[in-house]
Amino acid sequence: MTSRLLIRGGRVIDPSQKIDRVTNLLIEDGRIAALDADPEVDARVIDATGKIVSPGLIDMHVHLREPGREEDETIATGTAAAVAGGFTSVACIPNTEPPIDTQASVEFIQHQAARADQANVFVTACVSKNREGKELAEIGQLVEAGAVAFTDDGSPIYNPELMRRAFEYCSMFDVPVLNHAEVLELTTGGVMHEGRVSMILGLPGMPSEAEDVMVSRDLRLAEATGGRLHVMHISTAGAVEQVRRAKARGVRVTTEICPHHFTLTDDSLRRFDSNFKMSPPLRAQSDVEACIEGLRDGTIDVICTDHAPHAREKKMQELDRAPFGIVGLETALGLVITHLIRPGILDWPTALAKMTIHPARILGIDKGTLNVGADADVTVIDPDVRWTVDPAKFRSKSSNTPFAGWELTGRADTVIVRGEVKFVAQ
Amino acid sequence: MSAQTVDLPAVPATWKQRHLLDLESLSAEEIKLILDVAERFRPVAVGARHKLSLLSGTTVANLFFENSTRTRTSFSLAARRLGADTIDFSPSGSSLSKGETFIDTAKNIEAMGVDVVIVRHRTPGTPHLLSENIGCVVINAGDGPHEHPTQALLDMLTIRQQRGTIEGLTVALVGDIAHSRTARSNIWGLKKLGAHVILCGPSTLVSRQWEDEGVEVSYSLDEVLPRCDVVNLLRIQFERQLMRPFPSVREYATLYAMNRQRLERARDDILIMAPGPINRGVEITPDVADGPHSVILEQVSNGVAVRMAVLWLLAGQTSS
Repeated sequence: MTSRLLIRGGRVIDPSQKIDRVTNLLIEDGRIAALDADPEVDARVIDATGKIVSPGLIDMHVHLREPGREEDETIATGTAAAVAGGFTSVACIPNTEPPIDTQASVEFIQHQAARADQANVFVTACVSKNREGKELAEIGQLVEAGAVAFTDDGSPIYNPELMRRAFEYCSMFDVPVLNHAEVLELTTGGVMHEGRVSMILGLPGMPSEAEDVMVSRDLRLAEATGGRLHVMHISTAGAVEQVRRAKARGVRVTTEICPHHFTLTDDSLRRFDSNFKMSPPLRAQSDVEACIEGLRDGTIDVICTDHAPHAREKKMQELDRAPFGIVGLETALGLVITHLIRPGILDWPTALAKMTIHPARILGIDKGTLNVGADADVTVIDPDVRWTVDPAKFRSKSSNTPFAGWELTGRADTVIVRGEVKFVAQ
Repeated sequence: MSAQTVDLPAVPATWKQRHLLDLESLSAEEIKLILDVAERFRPVAVGARHKLSLLSGTTVANLFFENSTRTRTSFSLAARRLGADTIDFSPSGSSLSKGETFIDTAKNIEAMGVDVVIVRHRTPGTPHLLSENIGCVVINAGDGPHEHPTQALLDMLTIRQQRGTIEGLTVALVGDIAHSRTARSNIWGLKKLGAHVILCGPSTLVSRQWEDEGVEVSYSLDEVLPRCDVVNLLRIQFERQLMRPFPSVREYATLYAMNRQRLERARDDILIMAPGPINRGVEITPDVADGPHSVILEQVSNGVAVRMAVLWLLAGQTSS
């Protein structure tokens, strides 16, 4: 028997097809069957009046922690958090224990994701064997197993010769290299952005130049090799400007930003709360403004979360001992709507493109579209609902968020993965 | 020992501080109040035969996660001269080495009925975090390179005793500004009381960005010295530096050590201060440290008085 789901009367926004109109979307047997469908068709109906109907959101930078750090997150809890945040697909980062650098470990992730049966999980694998930064992992084998991109995130790809070889080798498979851009000698012992606030608080700093210098190296190597560079979690004015210029001269580069880097500054560290400690750190107001301009002019392609769960006992430490990173899956959409869309910085199609078709294209995955025949991954968004961030309600196993208590407007209402409703807002 | 009384000033209703975490957030009036109270305590502070009962029944815990001799002793004496009971906690013999977090440790100490926690820690902000997590009065005795409020208060008390006022004076803080909690507390305190502050040291240890906070930055001690009423020589914090920020101790001493020859450039009535411990021969030569311009030992005596004042203002009024 055919299963039909009709999402009726919503504002359907699909940046991949430049669609933005109030209409009905029909899903049949897990696939997009029709746009502008007959509203009286025999189907289970989801009333989307007053709501936004988007291709399922994709978060291309998520730390699911499994295997090895299940006290922080598991694939089951992380993907449950994803759908609660409106994400139907995530790309998980391979800095697990052990790291994802073999076919078997890729398949383990896929197996656990299938078992969890929440969001789709795409696997990024290590550039280097055992994530040691010494020699290339078996990238061809990993691609065959389903890895969609390569990164040693958690650490930068440090050796420039390894980076050059990674670009060359990954080009054969047309997969991107994702780098965490940081010159470690400039950030040793660092806890926060180096600037006025770190000077006053006496906290060791992580200067913008640590990011800028590495981005500069990576852009030059990508340009020389023709490789595909994706600059992870961009945060500095200097890095945004370099990516802008590189794009203009044809370098194959894309970049992403996390909500905390366009909503918070280093001034937040005055509370000495480790939920404001992440890498790259919260930057100065001028960097935030440059990042927002990069979002506006298209230099920044993707909005992702760098969802980095840490168990409470790890974060409840002195600032220098607490690990870097914050959770983001369950706050990202609300932050984008409240701080980018509602103030008019981005319109709905532009913002959604950065969370749907752009990451899909970078990863080369068949997602992020409402094309007829595509997997029916759909996020129905309530753009007007007001809510307060309450970490106690997170589905993530961890609650290390700097946004606790924030009043946000807009969130995921109904989340459909391959035709199945995986989340309905209470 | 005999109990005695001290003629204390009336505490204005505007004094609302529950903790002493930093000087950045205190007003000039609040700083002056602490100094005024400290002035009244000074005879008791320096006279070992006297003891007050203003804090009898109060328990003060020294929670020192980082080594200290002078500050811990000074706080203990201050508490005892006010009649408080004191306990010392040192992390070497504690459960911190067993993985307990510092907040757990502090909560356990609180559960034993402690009223005041004096905390020193290598990490900025730790006293602030404790104040949010426990019910005791928290006094910052130095949090990494962030602040050391009682040190700056005793420095200011010493200057005020010697010069009658702080307003209008030019005070140079010399040396390792980057890693100095004493520098940060002095910057805020001195500025609020109307002094002109000069930060002087090698460019790798003195950020030009301090100029935005309304202080003067100089890399030449010889140039600024003739203008100074007070020079406070900060210790080079070798233990906090990841890469030595100057080529050699010899070169540092050549440029910044206070020696007799350099002292000739200074005013006749210049005050030479150092928060201690000092590296003799690096920041200051022994003849200057022990010479007529030095008020280093007055600073130490004033330390007890300032800490008595802080303890009484924060804990004395609730317990009495």
